[in-house]
Amino acid sequence: MAKPIKKKRIAVPEQDPKARIHNFDEVALGYTFELAKEEASRCLQCPYNFAPCIKGCPVNVNIPGFIKKILEEDIKGALEVIHETNSLPGITGRVCPQEEQCEMNCVMGKLGDKVNIGKLERFVADYAREHGIMPETKIAPKNGKKVAIVGSGPSGLTAASDLIKMGYDVTVYEALHEPGGVLIYGIPEFRLPKDIVKYEVKYLKMLGAKIETNVVIGKTLSLYDLTKEYDAVFLGTGAGTPKFLNLPGVNCKGIYSANEFLTRINLMKAYKFPEYDTPIKVGKRLAVIGAGNVAMDAARSALRVGFEEVYILYRRTREYMTARQEEIHHAEEEGVKFMFLVSPVEFIGDENCNVKVVKLIMNKLGEPDLSGRRRPEPIPGSEFALEVDAVVFAIGQRPNKVLYQEVPELKTTKWGTLVVDEKYRTTMPGVFAGGDAVRGEATVVLAMGDGKRAAKAIDEYIRTGEWPKEINQKTF
Amino acid sequence: MFEIVDKKVLAPNIKWIRVKAPLVTKNAKAGQFIVLRLHEKGERIPLTLFKWHKEDGTIELVFQEVGKTTYELGSYEPGDKIMDIVGPLGKPTHIENYGTAIVVSGGVGAPIGYAVTRALKEAGNHVVSIIGFRNKQYVILEDEFRKVSDELLITTDDGSYVRKGFTTDVLKEYLANGGKADYVFTVGPVIMMKLIADITRKYGIKTDASLNPIMVDGTGMCGACRVTVGGEIKFACVDGPDFDAHQVNFDELLTRLTEYREEERLAMDRYVKGVH
Repeated sequence: MAKPIKKKRIAVPEQDPKARIHNFDEVALGYTFELAKEEASRCLQCPYNFAPCIKGCPVNVNIPGFIKKILEEDIKGALEVIHETNSLPGITGRVCPQEEQCEMNCVMGKLGDKVNIGKLERFVADYAREHGIMPETKIAPKNGKKVAIVGSGPSGLTAASDLIKMGYDVTVYEALHEPGGVLIYGIPEFRLPKDIVKYEVKYLKMLGAKIETNVVIGKTLSLYDLTKEYDAVFLGTGAGTPKFLNLPGVNCKGIYSANEFLTRINLMKAYKFPEYDTPIKVGKRLAVIGAGNVAMDAARSALRVGFEEVYILYRRTREYMTARQEEIHHAEEEGVKFMFLVSPVEFIGDENCNVKVVKLIMNKLGEPDLSGRRRPEPIPGSEFALEVDAVVFAIGQRPNKVLYQEVPELKTTKWGTLVVDEKYRTTMPGVFAGGDAVRGEATVVLAMGDGKRAAKAIDEYIRTGEWPKEINQKTF
Repeated sequence: MFEIVDKKVLAPNIKWIRVKAPLVTKNAKAGQFIVLRLHEKGERIPLTLFKWHKEDGTIELVFQEVGKTTYELGSYEPGDKIMDIVGPLGKPTHIENYGTAIVVSGGVGAPIGYAVTRALKEAGNHVVSIIGFRNKQYVILEDEFRKVSDELLITTDDGSYVRKGFTTDVLKEYLANGGKADYVFTVGPVIMMKLIADITRKYGIKTDASLNPIMVDGTGMCGACRVTVGGEIKFACVDGPDFDAHQVNFDELLTRLTEYREEERLAMDRYVKGVH
């Protein structure tokens, strides 16, 4: 029976921009059951072996499969379909760049709008969480083998979940006081409510994972302590060391890394100071240097803590911004201002060294660089001053070297990322790595994909004991 | 949760506590620190490690009540629990047998000065400890220092105990009188460390200073603790806390430490008024 095709996407209710810049509540409110069914009905139900959405997903969620279950009003079924390959749907449904992945080649795109897969996934996770629906999870009998996971971000949590299901005894070590890694300290509440991360962590604990917070591997315990005690180790330590530009005045007060700014706000709840003890300084104007997702997170958080005017300063042009469309759109709606083709050259502070001015230089775009993007070239004599009360650097992060400092066996690349082969094996036998620690900076779902594949490789290694003589470096 | 098992008041507003933190003791070394968070709403603050005991899994901390968090910690009694403690953090102080080593500690820099003195002594150095305090009331850890030092030189700013003068005066006199010094370690107020570095620079004595900037995570993630050393940006929490004192931009450190002065006052007022 032919059904009429709905070309337009069902809109997702959102908080009004004017209201939401005064709170940290989630921006996108998500589909109701009725709206979700309506959006689900737009899916053409491509067959499993053909569906471009499944191929576009880094963890290959059976997307038509779970959408069909929504139509059948079987949310538990939908959740179980997702959980076959993705144990963190409440998170991926919110932070995945679906437009570049599952939704990119959606066949509906040829007839109208692509199916809103992200928001449907989110609906399933949220509905299940709110109604106490849990997936039936098959856990293999305990096999007596132990695996340590270092870092409780997306790659670590995914690896832990898969290994638990295979029957391993899994312990996750986290340096901070709260598990979740970048999901907790980095991504703001209004984009990913912390209760959702906590729920996913709780679920993992329910499956039997042990989570040890306040343990810094490389300090509290060494990697050697772990390799002695465990049959295998997975390093999902992320890319947590912020980059600064060593310009005059860069250490003026009021200049932060995005990590510090976001950690104070997200993890430490500085927006509730003095009820919470961690402060954040609020002024009139804040400038964010950089134009990726982290930059948008910092800019939008700045508005919410009370900055009146927030600028994104970017050295290239609009089309080169690396942030997701949705984030840029939300930032613009909220009043974030964008300045393109500018680079900072100096920071000037007042008599107490509080930053007051960022001196910028105009760029023009030159020849493409190695990344294929046209290189910004400063225009001599074009310097000008922008008055500011705070500056946030969001120009990228490198892997944290604390873990590797005293482990010469672990080879790293010139970018500081860990060398691994296609099975996520590092240069140290029994030690695997994935996520931003091997990629530099990527996305939550790519890190989850790594965690998944690494879990498989760890299982194979523990069962066979095989380790190659040489590690053939995989490039990401 | 980390239980406080013992507590003493060493001087006005300076307290000593012993806390159960077995994992911290496993790999701890002199010069390292911990980060603690008192409770769900607490901030993360670094405190230096005074002593640690693998046998019973306890650590000893000495701290001065200067702001809301340290006052609140000072109100904790044995049996009370600290929500989070992570450590040991930072690189341990580099210890070798230099010959004669001078450790200059000021005020509540003394606990870390003690740990380093002990380690230098164990490595075979002839250790001269110079410890300075505001006045007699504030003299702490004297007996501890005596046990691990070959020579102990105490001074007070106002002369109410042993002698009058700053640690810088003592070091200057020691060196002027031909005292031997192959290495100097200094920890305490930023101004003091800066002046100590100025003195030893003239004599060309290798000098390390243990820095105490504002920190959040303490694991190299945020950069709040960045300092300029030899013109480069370093993170005190992972690249330090010890740096070549002759290369450190102490003035910048001093300024950066004042970043949250207003907020600290606000939090403190609120705490004193009992709003928490």
